[in-house]
Amino acid sequence: MWMFFRLLSDVQWRTVRPRWRSKSSSQHTTTSVADPQPISLPAQAQVVICGGGIIGTSVAYHLSKLGWKDIVLLEQGRLAAGSTRFCAGIVSTVRHLSIELKMADYSNKLYQQLEQETGIKTGYVKTGSISLAQTQDRLISLKRIASRLSVMGIPCQIMAPKQVAHLHPLINIHDLVGAMYVPDDAVVSSADVSLALASAASRKGVQIHERTSISHVMVQKGCVTGVETDRGPIECQYFVNCAGQWAYELGLSNEEPVSIPLHACEHFYLLTRPLKKPLESNTPTIADPDGRIYIRSWQGGILSGGFEKNPKPIFTEGRNQLEIQNLHEDWDHFEPLLSSLLRRMPGLEALEIMQLVNCPESFTPDMRCIMGESPTVQGYFVLAGMNSAGVSFGGGAGKYLAEWLVNGRPAENVWPLDLKRFGALQSSRTFLRHRVMEVMPLIYDLKVPRWDFQTGRQLRTSPLYDRLDAQGARWMEKHGFERPKYFVPPGKDLLALDQSKTFYKPDWFDIVGSEVKCCKEAVCVIDMSSFTKFEISSTGDQALEVLQYLFSNDLDVPVGHIVHTGMLNETGGYENDCSIARLNKRSFFMISPTDQQVHCWAWLKKHMPNDSNLLLEDVTWKYTALNLIGPRAVDVLSELSYAPMTPEHFPSLFCKEMSVGYANGIRVMSMTHTGEPGFMLYIPIEYALHVYNELMSVGQKYGIRNTGYYALRSLRIEKFFAFWGQDLDTFTTPLECGREFRVKLDKGMDFIGRDALMQQKQDGVCKRFTMFILEDHDTDLDLWPWWGEPIYRNGRYVGKTTSSAYSYTLERHVCLGFVQNFDEETGEALVVTPDFINRGEYEIDIAGQRFQAKAKLYPFSSLFTQRRRKDEMELSGYHGK
Amino acid sequence: MLAASCCERRMCVCPGPRRIAIPVRSSRLPVFSDAMPAPTQLFPLIRNCEIGRIYSTVCHCHHKHLCCLSPHLAHSHLRCASQKKLATLCSPKENFNQFIHARSYVSTPQRFYLTPPQVNSILKANEYSFKVPEFDGKNVSSVLGFDSNQLPANAPIEDRRSAATCLQTRGMLLGVFDGHAGCACAQAVSERLFYYIAVSLLPHETLLEIENAVESGRALLPILQWHKHPNDYFSKEASKLYFNSLRTYWQELIDLNTGETTDVKEALINAFKRLDNDISLEAQVGDPNSFLNYLVLRVAFSGATACVAHVDGFDLHVANTGDSRAMLGVQEEDGSWSAVALSSDHNAQNESEIERVKLEHPKSEEKSVVKQDRLLGLLMPFRAFGDVKFKWSIELQKRVVESGPDQLNDNEYTKFIPPNYHTPPYLTAEPEVVHHRLRPQDKFLVLATDGLWETMHRQDVVRIVGEYLTGVHHQQPIAVGGYKVTLGQMHGLLTERRARISSVFEDQNAATHLIRHAVGNNEFGTVDHERLSKMLSLPEELARMYRDDITIIVVQFNSHVVGACQNEEF
Repeated sequence: MWMFFRLLSDVQWRTVRPRWRSKSSSQHTTTSVADPQPISLPAQAQVVICGGGIIGTSVAYHLSKLGWKDIVLLEQGRLAAGSTRFCAGIVSTVRHLSIELKMADYSNKLYQQLEQETGIKTGYVKTGSISLAQTQDRLISLKRIASRLSVMGIPCQIMAPKQVAHLHPLINIHDLVGAMYVPDDAVVSSADVSLALASAASRKGVQIHERTSISHVMVQKGCVTGVETDRGPIECQYFVNCAGQWAYELGLSNEEPVSIPLHACEHFYLLTRPLKKPLESNTPTIADPDGRIYIRSWQGGILSGGFEKNPKPIFTEGRNQLEIQNLHEDWDHFEPLLSSLLRRMPGLEALEIMQLVNCPESFTPDMRCIMGESPTVQGYFVLAGMNSAGVSFGGGAGKYLAEWLVNGRPAENVWPLDLKRFGALQSSRTFLRHRVMEVMPLIYDLKVPRWDFQTGRQLRTSPLYDRLDAQGARWMEKHGFERPKYFVPPGKDLLALDQSKTFYKPDWFDIVGSEVKCCKEAVCVIDMSSFTKFEISSTGDQALEVLQYLFSNDLDVPVGHIVHTGMLNETGGYENDCSIARLNKRSFFMISPTDQQVHCWAWLKKHMPNDSNLLLEDVTWKYTALNLIGPRAVDVLSELSYAPMTPEHFPSLFCKEMSVGYANGIRVMSMTHTGEPGFMLYIPIEYALHVYNELMSVGQKYGIRNTGYYALRSLRIEKFFAFWGQDLDTFTTPLECGREFRVKLDKGMDFIGRDALMQQKQDGVCKRFTMFILEDHDTDLDLWPWWGEPIYRNGRYVGKTTSSAYSYTLERHVCLGFVQNFDEETGEALVVTPDFINRGEYEIDIAGQRFQAKAKLYPFSSLFTQRRRKDEMELSGYHGK
Repeated sequence: MLAASCCERRMCVCPGPRRIAIPVRSSRLPVFSDAMPAPTQLFPLIRNCEIGRIYSTVCHCHHKHLCCLSPHLAHSHLRCASQKKLATLCSPKENFNQFIHARSYVSTPQRFYLTPPQVNSILKANEYSFKVPEFDGKNVSSVLGFDSNQLPANAPIEDRRSAATCLQTRGMLLGVFDGHAGCACAQAVSERLFYYIAVSLLPHETLLEIENAVESGRALLPILQWHKHPNDYFSKEASKLYFNSLRTYWQELIDLNTGETTDVKEALINAFKRLDNDISLEAQVGDPNSFLNYLVLRVAFSGATACVAHVDGFDLHVANTGDSRAMLGVQEEDGSWSAVALSSDHNAQNESEIERVKLEHPKSEEKSVVKQDRLLGLLMPFRAFGDVKFKWSIELQKRVVESGPDQLNDNEYTKFIPPNYHTPPYLTAEPEVVHHRLRPQDKFLVLATDGLWETMHRQDVVRIVGEYLTGVHHQQPIAVGGYKVTLGQMHGLLTERRARISSVFEDQNAATHLIRHAVGNNEFGTVDHERLSKMLSLPEELARMYRDDITIIVVQFNSHVVGACQNEEF
């Protein structure tokens, strides 16, 4: 308590209130409270948090709740005086990502009881929210969210426009086709929530210092050692960057910069005087994404803002006092949103304006927030880039980050939000400026499957890019790398980008179908250069030893063998799923998913002994990877290399350096990531064009064609291949996805996660990776599955899908997903046996419509091999003639 | 190729009516009818009295052009327009008077207007914009970018434009070229002049490096990065010839190495003179390839004026030859716009030019050298590229024409020797160069051919561009302040502002916006759609009588950079 009162006298932060509440046009003048001499900073602390907004205070609150006490929170201005002060204060669980949904749900529950816990008024009112749909597509999008909300136990309701009119007195429903009502959504005063969190934290011993800015973080040997502030240094073990829109700059200020890709855009909302008949404070919040606006009741009037099509990025060149002071209301810019507001609520015409607030918000390159530890500096944590959902996420995100610090990992899979999904390559100011201009409108754009960003493209490309582009390639981007989706045949026109946005059968269906057919019957080539490629080598056995410890499969295989293996964490979950080829006794070539480049590197670096004889090298940029898929791949390659490539000479999962055409030293691997026959070619980039040209010209007589990732995806999903980042995550063990055979518990040495797997083997698994074949689904007419669809077993919710694709072979949709078994009474997860899977009637819920599905634990291997054999016989027979 | 064949036609038909007036014998008349499209094409557009309306409404401001119409043009109209209506007309002057009178009898004119989208598609067909790319979110160049556009009156258009960034030195080059007696010379100058300038600016070491690369067959350093509209073409056939001439030039520069740093002004003057000299020499020497031989002759016998700006940091040089103009848009402290001319016209309106020309020739020629405001009574611009008729001796002209290809020999124009032609050369391509140091208040530069300047006052040009470029920013931002404003009132206000802005932003290109005004302005200085539509729907053969080809480049300066540079300097 003493500490608490001392703090009060120190900085008087409790008196801070959102300034727009009082009268103020002078948002930017600092209050001239006569400050008592502030107490000096401590010389050291365990954790230093930078930023006293809702995020920083939430992290402090949750850390203190988990029992950490030695925490200092530094705020450069006043607590809750940045974006938090100006934030609209809407807490909504209407989110597309399930991790975001969970964070918002937790935040809501936290804020609800915060006033009671701290005694500080938070302005929490459970208003509910109504999301409006002006189009059928929007309604589908809402229905998809609704089906996820309801399985999480969050009440929600899809309703007709007429019902909306009952819930809200002012709304014009004439142009609506439907809406979704979430009664538990709330509004708060975000600044007050932040102060309440700070107060609770300080009661538990967190020291809060305002008017203290951090100039940079001190780093030694890749670890945080302290921070330098304008009031002296503080030694610390952990640093948490919650600096909001300044997080990017702060990250770069270190000697060893930490890349935190986010960028601010101006954001406007309108405040009005009260209506004649003041609006009830519990009037539901309205989100009208098609009109790009949100509306909540505010002190008898309304607060309404939106996400316009033409956002105004700001602070590109870093913090700029001039710009901050010039943050004017821009009515001309707000005009489309105002029109939209008056269309939605025509009755507001006579309502008097109070103020147009301009409060910059930070946005990230993929519209997801940024959380986690820096891959380059140990002990440097980040939580920022809330994409204007800081209040909704603040509580949950703070909790996960606190768990991360205290327990080494959060309790949920936060990979979609992990800082390590980005690298330095997303850190260019120009890239960020351009990308956030696309991201901000996207918040209210329709989110359809397989949507690609249009800005910040063509950053990383394969040397074959132009060649493929000229042949009709359509591109998608992953981790900055351009990858072909499919190839539009000459003379065929696809719909314009906007029109091809659909939840139904897409326009490329037949194109991908013919590519798949070609993979099955002839031979196709896919440029897969984006894959992350590392080489690990050593002078002695160190490389083998460290890999044996890091990977679950046995890597002590003869030279030239390829091993599929997981890189597991202590709980047995997949940190990465990769293929490792043993190049020689002492060096290994490791292939992992594209977006693993930063994460996997950080993990390896963290766990590798500091041994100068052990060398880890990122060779991603050195090789162009071509995937030669199909039964005729053998013929093409043997013709180009004058070497027999048949399975007798080149068995499956084998790697050999050989010549292809004139080029020597091509790493040829007999695997295709799809389960189809064929080879991966890792080609030193200067040979790429030559090898590609040779493949295409020799392949011509075997019917070779270019193929893209959509075909690959269809092939791997129908073969029940799980993919890390989509199906597998850090909470999935090999035993849960049917990959016991890739775990060698008895390989003669310990490896990370072994104990957990032993335990799980004994206890049984609580979720099982299962393949579902949709039975009564009409590909032409029904909504397509995507991912995240709830799975029902005998009418009860048992899990969600993780990926799906149309199988051109089965002529059915295939969904992959995890099945759990929740106890009917307690909700506890029980062991899932194969028997449990097999004895159940399944349904997949796509936007509220359920489709029967057949569950399978093993792929249709027999079906496929039989077919292939037959085809092969036919083909060879044909050739015989 | 396309352009080449068109030029050919132009060459044997009468040259553009304004720039060069050449007496034509009536015996040539049948030739014209071949070149004219069938008269019927005209009828759908302009019928009977409608033509009178256009004449009377449009022509009064162009009266000066019409005075110099050669008789045969009236004839050609006779052939084109309604025979019945025009049959009684005998001379052009009466012709128009008649029309003006006829106007009062017009009762119900039929309307054949273009729709606004049609007008836009015509105006925007040649528009081009270039924005200097940003690096790391910043544009560090003193140039933000440029907008350019052109509207043909001749068919094909005789104006050309060029824009390029110098890659081996700093700076950007922009130029407009107004051709006469065909487009061949303007085309050649537009492709070649910037290379000559760039080479003149290169330091000795770079020249050596380039020469060595050519010598050993290595790849050349790129000298220019062009910013071209798809309609701006380079002739493939002549590129080798042009390259050889250019190479000779830089070889001479290497030999001449003075060791001094290149002065931009000098470089511009040298480049202009050198190119004109090369054009002249190439025509004298000829080329074994008959197509090329004909091409170089056409280039030399036609002419072109040039107005070129070189922007490097805050140094702006304008080199001008002829009557195109460069006008700087300056924003005064009170926000108003004023025009500062950075070039002077080389024509009869410029006293010092008349003085210069007279001084260059013996006193005996004082009366004949400038006659009827034209050089030797024929040529309007007093300086130009090409036009060897005004540069070569009579003997040389005769020799070249006679030894030249038949097409040339058949051509009346090339054979014709200007009257009172005693002491050639009468014409030069040497430019006048103006240097200007950019200041923060210098917002843009307008380069345009005389097609623009004769329809609009410089002050209006600068005001229209200035207001266009500042656009919405110029409108006072709205602030609610302490007033009582309702959402409805605010909405009304904003919609009105938007409407006002959108009329400006119909054009995404400042040059297009300017052309819209130049062609469509009514007496109140606002764009009149009806007028615009009429002017644009004029058939090819008539268009030239009411307006000239218009080519405009609007270069926008980066006041942030210019301002910052100034601060650093002082």
